[in-house]
Amino acid sequence: MELKVPTMAELAAEGRTPEVLFWVGCAGSIDQRAIKITSAFVKILNHLKTDFAILGKEEACTGDPAKRAGNEFVFQMAALQNIEILNAYQVRKIVTTCPHCFNILKNEYPNLGGAYEVMHHTQFLQEMINEGKLVVQGGGAFKGKKITFHDSCYLGRANEVYEAPRAILEALDADLVEMKAAKSRGLCCGAGGAQMFKEEEHGTQRVNQKRAEQAIETGAEIVAAGCPFCMTMLSDGTTEKAPGKVKVFDIVELLVQGQGL
Amino acid sequence: MAFIQPIVFAIVTIAAFAFVFKKGKEIYRNINLGQKEDLTDQPDKRLKNMLLIALGQKKMFRITLPAIMHLFIYLAFLVTQIELLEIFIDGFTGQHRLLFHLFSETLDSGFLTGIYNFTISFIEVLSLLALIATFVFLARRNLLKVPRFVKSEMNGWPKLDANIILIAEIWLVACIFMMNGADVAREIQINGSSPYGFLISGNIVGPALSGLNIDLLKVMERFGWWGHILGVLGFIVYLPYSKHLHIMLAFPNTYFSRLKPRGEIFNMPAITKEIKAMMDPNADPYAAPSEGAEAVAPPKFGAKDVQDLSWKNLLDAYSCTECGRCTAACPANQTGKLLSPRKIMMDTRDRLTEVGKNIDLHGPDFIDNKQLLGDFISVEELRACTTCQACVQECPINIDPLDIIVQLRRALIMEDSNSPEEWNLMFSNIENNAAPWQFSQQDREKWVSDLK
Repeated sequence: MELKVPTMAELAAEGRTPEVLFWVGCAGSIDQRAIKITSAFVKILNHLKTDFAILGKEEACTGDPAKRAGNEFVFQMAALQNIEILNAYQVRKIVTTCPHCFNILKNEYPNLGGAYEVMHHTQFLQEMINEGKLVVQGGGAFKGKKITFHDSCYLGRANEVYEAPRAILEALDADLVEMKAAKSRGLCCGAGGAQMFKEEEHGTQRVNQKRAEQAIETGAEIVAAGCPFCMTMLSDGTTEKAPGKVKVFDIVELLVQGQGL
Repeated sequence: MAFIQPIVFAIVTIAAFAFVFKKGKEIYRNINLGQKEDLTDQPDKRLKNMLLIALGQKKMFRITLPAIMHLFIYLAFLVTQIELLEIFIDGFTGQHRLLFHLFSETLDSGFLTGIYNFTISFIEVLSLLALIATFVFLARRNLLKVPRFVKSEMNGWPKLDANIILIAEIWLVACIFMMNGADVAREIQINGSSPYGFLISGNIVGPALSGLNIDLLKVMERFGWWGHILGVLGFIVYLPYSKHLHIMLAFPNTYFSRLKPRGEIFNMPAITKEIKAMMDPNADPYAAPSEGAEAVAPPKFGAKDVQDLSWKNLLDAYSCTECGRCTAACPANQTGKLLSPRKIMMDTRDRLTEVGKNIDLHGPDFIDNKQLLGDFISVEELRACTTCQACVQECPINIDPLDIIVQLRRALIMEDSNSPEEWNLMFSNIENNAAPWQFSQQDREKWVSDLK
C-alpha cells in the first residue's frame, strides 16, 4: 500500500481542510529513531483512511525546550508564528506523537490565541479502538509478552493521561507489568526541562540510568513509551544496563507490528 | 491565693495571643510583598480542594503509614480544642472543672455529664494514639533515618525544629494524663470513687496514682493543668518561627492553589506584548511614549528575589512543613544532583523572612545586596530540574516548587544571559532552523519521501 502524507498547503490548494492535523514534531521529523514512530503512526492513519495532513516545511518547533529552559522570548516567538499558520489553515484538531508538543499546544497556546482540540496519538488510537474503527486482533505477536509502560511526565502527571496507552497494550493481549514508580509516581526519563539539549548536572547517576534500572527490574522484554525523547533516554539507558535484553518501542510501533500493518 | 491563678492565666494568655497576632500580621505583610495574582475564581472548586486536601488530607494518603500516624496527631489536635475550651473557662474563672459541676447540677445531669465524660474519654483515646504516632515519628527521624528526613538541607535548625515539636506533643499529652489522672486519684482517696468517667485516666492512670499523697496529687493536677495550657500557648508563640505553620496555612494554601493543568507553565504577558509589537509591520520602533503616559519601568523578566515571585509562591513557602516528599520524588535529587525542591521552598521562606526583618529594622527601601537567586539558590540547582512535576504532584498541600524554579530560570536566561552553551545553541536553532537541532526546516518532510 502506498502511504499518503498530504500537507496542509497541498490540501488548501485543492480548497480542502482536513479533519486532523498530524503534528509531527521536531524529533518525529528529524531524529532517525523517532521517524520510525512517525512512520508507524502514518501507517495507522492511512489504514484508518483518516482525513489528515501534516504541515511539512511549515511546521516549526513549538518552543517547548526554550520555554522550560527559561527563554520565554524564544518560546513565544515560535508559538506566535505557529499560531498564525495554524489559524490561517483553520486547524481545529491536532494529533501529535510527542507529549511535549501535546502539552504545550493544549495548555500554553490557547491564551496566546491558538485554541485547538489537541490529542496525544495514544488517546487518538484508543478513541479509534473504542469507536470500532480500529479493530485490534488480540493473540498476535505480543500475546502474553511482558511489556512495561513508561509514563512520560508531560502525558501522565502533566495531563493525567495514564489509561490510553495501557488500554492499547491490553488490546494487544500483552502482559502489562508496572515499574515500581508508575503513573502519577512515574520517574522522569531525564530529558524534560530542556535537559535533552545539555549535559546533565553533576550527580551520582544519570536519570535515564535510574529509570532503565526500574524498567529492567520488572523483567519485561519490551519497554513501551509514548514520547520520542523518553525513547532516546530509555534506549540509551537499557542498552547500557542490559545490552540486547530489553527493547524500547513506542505504543504505535507495537500496534503496527502486532497487527502486521 | 486563689485569685492569683486566674490573673496569671489572663496575663499569659492575652500576651501570647497579642504576640501571635503581631507575628501573623508580619507574615501576612511578607506574603503580600509578592506580585499580585488573582486566585479567587471558581470558589466552589477551591472550597472542594481545601476540604479534600487540607481538611481531608487526601494527598497524605499517597504513603499509608505516615498518613495514618499523621491523622492521629491531626485528630487529637482538632478534638483537643474542646478540652482547651474547658481550660479557658476554668482559667479565667479560677474554677475547677466548672462545666462538669454545672452539668451535674442540672436536672438532666446524667445526659450532660455523659457527654462530658465521652468527650474527655475521646480526647484521651486520641491523645494516646497521637502519643504513639509521635514516637513513631521520632523514630523515623532519629533512629530509622528515613532518607528524606536526613538530607543536607535538614541539618541544624530544621531537624531540631521537627524534634522540638514532637517532644512538645509528648509534653502536652503527658500533662493531660497527669491532670486527669491526679484528679481521679484524688477523688478516689476522698470519696472512695471518682465521679469522672474518663476512659483511660479513670481506669488506668487514676487508680495507679491513687496511693500517692493527696497534697502531691493536688500539685500534680495543677502541674498538669498549667503544663498543658502553657505548652499550648508556647506552641502558639512558637508556630510563626517554625515549619509547623502548616497547620494553619495548609487551608488557605490549598484554597488558593492554581486550578490549571499541572503541565501548564504560565505565559508572560509582558513578552507577548513585545513580540506582537515586533511582528506588527505598522509598529513604530522609535515611537515616544504618548503624551501624558506615565513612565513605566521596564518589566523584569523572571524572578531574582522573593518580591518578584507571586504572593502564592510566598504563601507556599510559609506553608511548607519540610516533609520532603517532593525531594524524595525528584529525579534530579534521586540521582545525586544538587537540586532539592524542598530546599527551594525553605530558601524562599528564609529569604522572605530576612527581607521582612530588613523592612522592620531599616524601612521598606533598604537594600541588603542579597537576593534569592545566587545567594540562596544556586544556578546548578536550577539547571538540574527536568520540570517533571513530581514535586508538585507529591506535595500534600499543593505547594508548587517548579513554579519558582521556572521563574528563577527565566531571570537567569533573560536578565543575566546566563545559559549553558548548549542551550544557547538550542535557542538559536529554534529561532533560525525551527527545531532545537541544527537541521534545515526544508528537510522537515524528508522522512515522507523515505517512507516504505
